[in-house]
Formats: sequence, structure tokens, C-alpha cells
Amino acid sequence: MAELPNTQETLTPDTFLRGLWEENPVFVMLLGMCPVLAVTSTTMNALAMGLATTFVLVCSSLLVSLLRNWIPKQVRIASYIVIIATFVTIVDYSIQAISLELYAALGAFIQLIVANCVILGRAEAYASKQRLTTTFVNSLGMGAGFTLALLALGTVREILGNGTILGIHLFSPDFQPWVVMILPPGGFFVLGAWLLLFNWLRLRKERKQAEQIGVTAHAR
Amino acid sequence: MEAQNQSRPAAATPTWAMLRTLGGIALLSGLLVALVYQVTLPIIAENQRVLTEKAVFRVLPQASLKRDFVLTKQGGLAPVGEGVDGEHVYGGYDAAGNLVGVAFTGVAVGYAGPIRVMFAYDPECRCLNGSKVLSSNETPGFGDKLDFDPEFLKNFEALDARLDAEGRALANPIVTVKHGTKNQPWEIDGISGATISSKAMGRAANAAAQRAVPAIERDLAWLKQQH
Repeated sequence: MAELPNTQETLTPDTFLRGLWEENPVFVMLLGMCPVLAVTSTTMNALAMGLATTFVLVCSSLLVSLLRNWIPKQVRIASYIVIIATFVTIVDYSIQAISLELYAALGAFIQLIVANCVILGRAEAYASKQRLTTTFVNSLGMGAGFTLALLALGTVREILGNGTILGIHLFSPDFQPWVVMILPPGGFFVLGAWLLLFNWLRLRKERKQAEQIGVTAHAR
Repeated sequence: MEAQNQSRPAAATPTWAMLRTLGGIALLSGLLVALVYQVTLPIIAENQRVLTEKAVFRVLPQASLKRDFVLTKQGGLAPVGEGVDGEHVYGGYDAAGNLVGVAFTGVAVGYAGPIRVMFAYDPECRCLNGSKVLSSNETPGFGDKLDFDPEFLKNFEALDARLDAEGRALANPIVTVKHGTKNQPWEIDGISGATISSKAMGRAANAAAQRAVPAIERDLAWLKQQH
């Protein structure tokens, strides 16, 4: 993981891409596990939850960045929480206005976005120190990374546990769904499998880099 | 300017600065939430209405018109209006204006929290003849059979809900019995593997019918005129 930025970061593609891969909130930082495990039983829920979290993350990071020179450090956490809670309430009403069925499916996890450590973590470690533009791009990247991770879990769990994707049946009616996959244990299984894949990819990359260095050193 | 802020000495923050910050943020937050609440309130109310309507037409498929009524404290029905509150029941009428059935909701605690179900009552056969789960957290693959299992749904094709001689309660309370042991028209054949959920369904049906059916039967003649 990159060191926490203490100085102003210049805007580079990496500002966005870090959230997708190198510092992915779910697969690398393991933050916000509660919604990751709880609402990823279907692709649709995962997508809605990811988008809702991204909205709260981007809006609250922007406001924190805007007010960063104005918030005394003694009251910063209280200020961040009030800002985050405001946007969560806005999302809560908006989802009810969009679809009550979706609202019922996501249940208490909409309100629980307040307690998602990805958001408070971004506010404290990044938005409170960085300019508006870099904050916007970085939080958008983090939100996209979170959404992708949720989708990765949701899609696999819906296909295995229900035989559908976005409600469309993939298999013949004889397909016996693997119900455990849409139950809580399935969340742990699929998350474990994805973490295994990500760690394996990372280790392979590191090994290749080490070999590369070895080869160049030998050639010299 | 940015650099100055970074290297600012850790002087004591004046109290008014903290008050100003927290007060300002709280004010901004309140304004935003109130604004969004005002904007979404009518949309959410409309969504709720559409959802109820969909459920009513699902349990009363012959109906093309829905009218809302309230169960009054006197044990009868009254049209929904200002100053009338109580449990809602929904009358379904066909295109010719004939009453085809009355829908009402029942709640009971299942395996994972409350199950809310809408039931349809047919005054012709004096029976419940339709159900639709409105909300439940039952285990997928087991509890959701309440709404999809064709064998279980057969229970609600003509579930006896006849009133007793006084017309104040059901002659035979609706109960869920063990799978395969149903032999009375007011019994619900349980689902093996989802015993708790199917028993909750029986309690919800019984509680709802005990409240709504006496009122419906009392005001049936009036109800038929309300299309």
C-alpha cells in the first residue's frame, strides 16, 4: 500500500486507478466488509449498493476537501460523520423514490453506509489533506473499485446460488441452484476465492519482477 | 498558502471555531436533508400506492378497479378519508362493477423476522383464495416457497373462512398442519423443511381474517355498492 499522502498529490491517472487495483478497498484494504458480505446475494443488489456507496463517498469527500481548512482537528471526526450521514440520508430517500422493492432488498445496509470505513477512511486519510480535483478523482476511483468488487461477488453468487444473472435464467429448469451461495456462508466462500485469486496474481507479479532483476544483474 | 496550513503550529483552537464548524455543518446538513425529503415525499407515496395496487390485483386477478376502506373500531368498514384511521382493506371490482373480492394484509413472525402477506377474501365462497408475500426475510430456497411453491399455493384456492353463528369470529380458526395431514378446508398443508415459515403464514392468515372478515360480512351489501 502506498504511504498516506502528507503533501498535495498531483493529478495522474494513478490517482483514479489506485482505487481500482493497487489499493482496492475490498480486495486489498479489506474495508467495508459488512455490506460486501451481506448484500451481494444478487448482481442487482451489489450494483445498487456499490453505486450508493460511491455517491456517498464522492459527495462527502468533496465536502470534506472543500471545508478542510475550516474544520478544527478536534472536531474533525464529528464533522465527517455528520457530512457522511447527510449524504446517506439523501441516498436513503432517493432509493425509496427510485424503487421500493430495491429498498426492501437492501434493507438496513443503506443506513449502514454511514459506518462504512472506506468512506471515513478516505475523508480522514485523503480528502482532509488534498485539493478538490484530486479528491474527486481519487474518491471516484475508490468508489468504482468498491462497486467492481461488489459486482464480482454478486455475479458469482447469483449465478451459482440462483442460476440467474440480473434475474435472467442461464440454465435449464433442471438446474439445482447451489442455495448456500446466496446465504451468508456463500459470501465468505466467494470472497475467499477472490482474495485467493488476487493474492496469487500479486505474488506472481512480484516473483516475475524479482526474476527480472535477477536476470539483469546476472547479465551485468 | 497550502504549505502554511500544513506547517501551522499546534495552537489551541478557540471554542468558537469548533462551535462555528459543527453548527455550520449541522445547518447545511439539515437543509440538504429537508430539501431531499420534500422532493422525494410525493414520489415515495406514489411508489407505495403502485406497490399496494400491484399486490391487490395480483391476489384478485379478476379485479380492474380498487377501492380503499378502513376497518372501523365499531367492527365495520368506512371509506378512506380525512380523520379516519385504522387498518386498510381493499375492495376489488370487475369492469361491470361487481365485487370480486376483498384484499387485506396479515403479519406474523416467521423464521427471520416478520412476514407480511396480502390475502384475498371471496365473499361468494366465504373463503380465502389468494395470497402474496409483501415482505419477508425468510431463508432463500426454503422460506420463499411461501410465494412460489405451487403445491403450497393450492392451500389458498379455497381456504375456509366461514364466520361463526354470531358473526364475530371465524367458525374454525385457520391453522397450519404438518405436511400431508390436511383434512379440513380451514387447514393449511405445511411445507416440510419450512415449518416455521408455513406456520407463520397460517397465523398471519388467521389473525387477518379474524379482524377483517367479520367487518366485511357485516357491511357486504354496502361494500357491493361502492364501485
